[in-house]
Amino acid sequence: MKRLLRGGRVVDPANGRDGVFDVWIDGDRIAQVGRDLRVDGDTRIVDVPSGLVVCPGLIDMHVHLREPGQEHKETVATGTAAAVAGGFTAVACMPNTSPVIDNAGVVAYVLKKAAEANLARVYPIGAVSRGQRGEQLADIAEMKAAGCVALTDDGHPVSTAILMRRALEYAGMFDLPVIEHCEEQSLKGEGVAHEGFHASSLGLRGIPGEAESIMALRDISLAELTGGAVHVAHMSARQTLDAVRYGKSRGARVTCEVTPHHFVLTDEMLGAPVAYDTNVKMNPPLRQIEDRDAMLAGLADGSIDAIATDHAPHHADEKAVEFDRAPFGIVGLETCVPIVFEKLVHPGHITLARAVELLSLNPARILRRPGGSLAVGAVADVTVLAPEASTTIVASRLMSKSKNTPFGGWTFRGVTAATIVGGRTVFTNPDAPGAAVFA
Amino acid sequence: MKKDLLSIGDLSAEEIYRILDTAEAMREIGQRPIKKVPTLRGKTVVNLFYEPSTRTRTSFEIAEKRLSADTLNIAVASSSVLKGETLADTAMNIEAMAPDVIVLRHASSGAGHLLSRICTSRIINAGDGTHEHPTQALLDAFTIREHKQRIEGLKIVIVGDLLHSRVLRSNVLLLTKLGADVWVCGPSTLIPPGIARLGVRVSTSIDEAVAGADVVMMLRIQQERMQGAFFPSLREYFNTFGMTAERVARAKPDAIIMHPGPMNRGVEIASDVADGPGSVILEQVANGVAVRMAVLYLMAGVEDEAAA
Repeated sequence: MKRLLRGGRVVDPANGRDGVFDVWIDGDRIAQVGRDLRVDGDTRIVDVPSGLVVCPGLIDMHVHLREPGQEHKETVATGTAAAVAGGFTAVACMPNTSPVIDNAGVVAYVLKKAAEANLARVYPIGAVSRGQRGEQLADIAEMKAAGCVALTDDGHPVSTAILMRRALEYAGMFDLPVIEHCEEQSLKGEGVAHEGFHASSLGLRGIPGEAESIMALRDISLAELTGGAVHVAHMSARQTLDAVRYGKSRGARVTCEVTPHHFVLTDEMLGAPVAYDTNVKMNPPLRQIEDRDAMLAGLADGSIDAIATDHAPHHADEKAVEFDRAPFGIVGLETCVPIVFEKLVHPGHITLARAVELLSLNPARILRRPGGSLAVGAVADVTVLAPEASTTIVASRLMSKSKNTPFGGWTFRGVTAATIVGGRTVFTNPDAPGAAVFA
Repeated sequence: MKKDLLSIGDLSAEEIYRILDTAEAMREIGQRPIKKVPTLRGKTVVNLFYEPSTRTRTSFEIAEKRLSADTLNIAVASSSVLKGETLADTAMNIEAMAPDVIVLRHASSGAGHLLSRICTSRIINAGDGTHEHPTQALLDAFTIREHKQRIEGLKIVIVGDLLHSRVLRSNVLLLTKLGADVWVCGPSTLIPPGIARLGVRVSTSIDEAVAGADVVMMLRIQQERMQGAFFPSLREYFNTFGMTAERVARAKPDAIIMHPGPMNRGVEIASDVADGPGSVILEQVANGVAVRMAVLYLMAGVEDEAAA
């Protein structure tokens, strides 16, 4: 099937485009991009409604799909349904499943589930260590052969420097980045919230920002030692951002991501509007205003490479407990694009082109995946955005199996209009005017 | 008053004074030969305790009985929490039996807030994790006012494990709200980050903190804190922060010495201070009953009378 997306605003930083262009899709590939393209007779013409933006498909490089083993929270099918509803054409999924993604069999299982769901692309991330126990390396070569795109012990930071060194050296042979959930375990202790005034007032055990930055600095040093590529996941503390800048200035192969909640929310939410709301409990924790503002600055000045959601679904029963007993994490796939528009693009912190870089181009580069570009011959993964359409988040209406979001009731301007994966439309948003033309 | 008493932050200064004034009248009931009034007759109060407590539970129970409430004690062993039903389910089950008040003691900060969102019964926080213990702060204020006739302008120093103390947080909120000059003092490892924002002076020098104080309030040191490397030994703690007669001598001559209990003699307080002339520690316990009667009366008794 051939389709011409005609006359939309195309934002494609990989090819330096931000203007009105036609995008010609042939099958699962981009056939041509240009002005006033002439196409053959069997091409369906889709006139992009005015105001909509056509960009390379968004890639969320930090998602918990929970399958296998925690299907009561999320499955590959429900998670990828949430992904495409949020404008993501691909997601990279974390290995802290049950069993852990630490061998080729589990990688293949996840990919099989993704093929059955047939919505977003799924890029499994394998464990660094067997069982994420921080002792022996997982079956890295075999996982790579089965389709894994990166390594991480997410949720269980690689605790010893020697194992991290070995992982970087070994993964380097296969051109796999190592993604680190930076957290020095003894400093984190039993902490449940950012260490500071709000946690102190509420009697919650604190986690200082340095628990994160100390490990980031260690990993950056090890990246220099080994020549390996380190990616700092869900960065939350201003000290960590400084560590990443330091590493980049020295030429270390280090990249980093930030989540929407860490550049929007702060630890003030621990006490209000709902005191001890377990939907503001995440790891790393919401930090203070200075950290939130540092993340905004890092997004604007280019120090931060990617926005990722750390989509972490948990069942309502698991969250309906005392704050210190609740699991960490919130869902994020379906709130990300509205937040990026409302909090970054519309206020002028970043351009839309920069947003596409953070949400599409850079994640593709870090994970060495196709996508992130509307170049001729590239995969036809396309996200259509409606910057002016407003949405009010209703938790119960999320596609994700879990509804644990602190953004319920928030209104944002800017939504996903349609999501196209491999040339095939997998989502159109009924709330975005004109989106039906992409069906 | 608000539906629940979860934090001193739920009370205005006026409401605090109303509780203290009401407690004066309640104390008189405890001095009668027949220590009972019918104020809460027909009301049901559930004391839901997830942590062992002798003093607070007994104090609430006596207060409830003196007001003629029907009281029920539920002690949930902490070991059964992990395998048993959730706090929310327990709360809904109790709620189904329509009590008027639930008095909750729980090891998790914010447990009362969770209950409050589920229950229409009134919740009184009898200690939640390291968050707050509002009725303790009220009885402390009652005791201070009795001896000093005021709270505003007094220098009140609180010494000990500030980090893990719910008594500290409630007292700081209450005493600063009523205009006291509040100092907190302890080893730097046990000072909650950012605590100065609550309007207190923070010091790691006990001599400086105690100098000229009207009130010295000691907090309990838990023996296991050495394991967290908060300080090296109980001996060193006592030598550095323990309240001795020499240190008390730096306070005002008529300073009172307080402790919420249970005390560790020879750790945070020397016996000659605990049993000395300035000590009001047992008065605090006695006043606890009157203050809790006042809270129960104002929360569960008065409003209904007004409605009737």
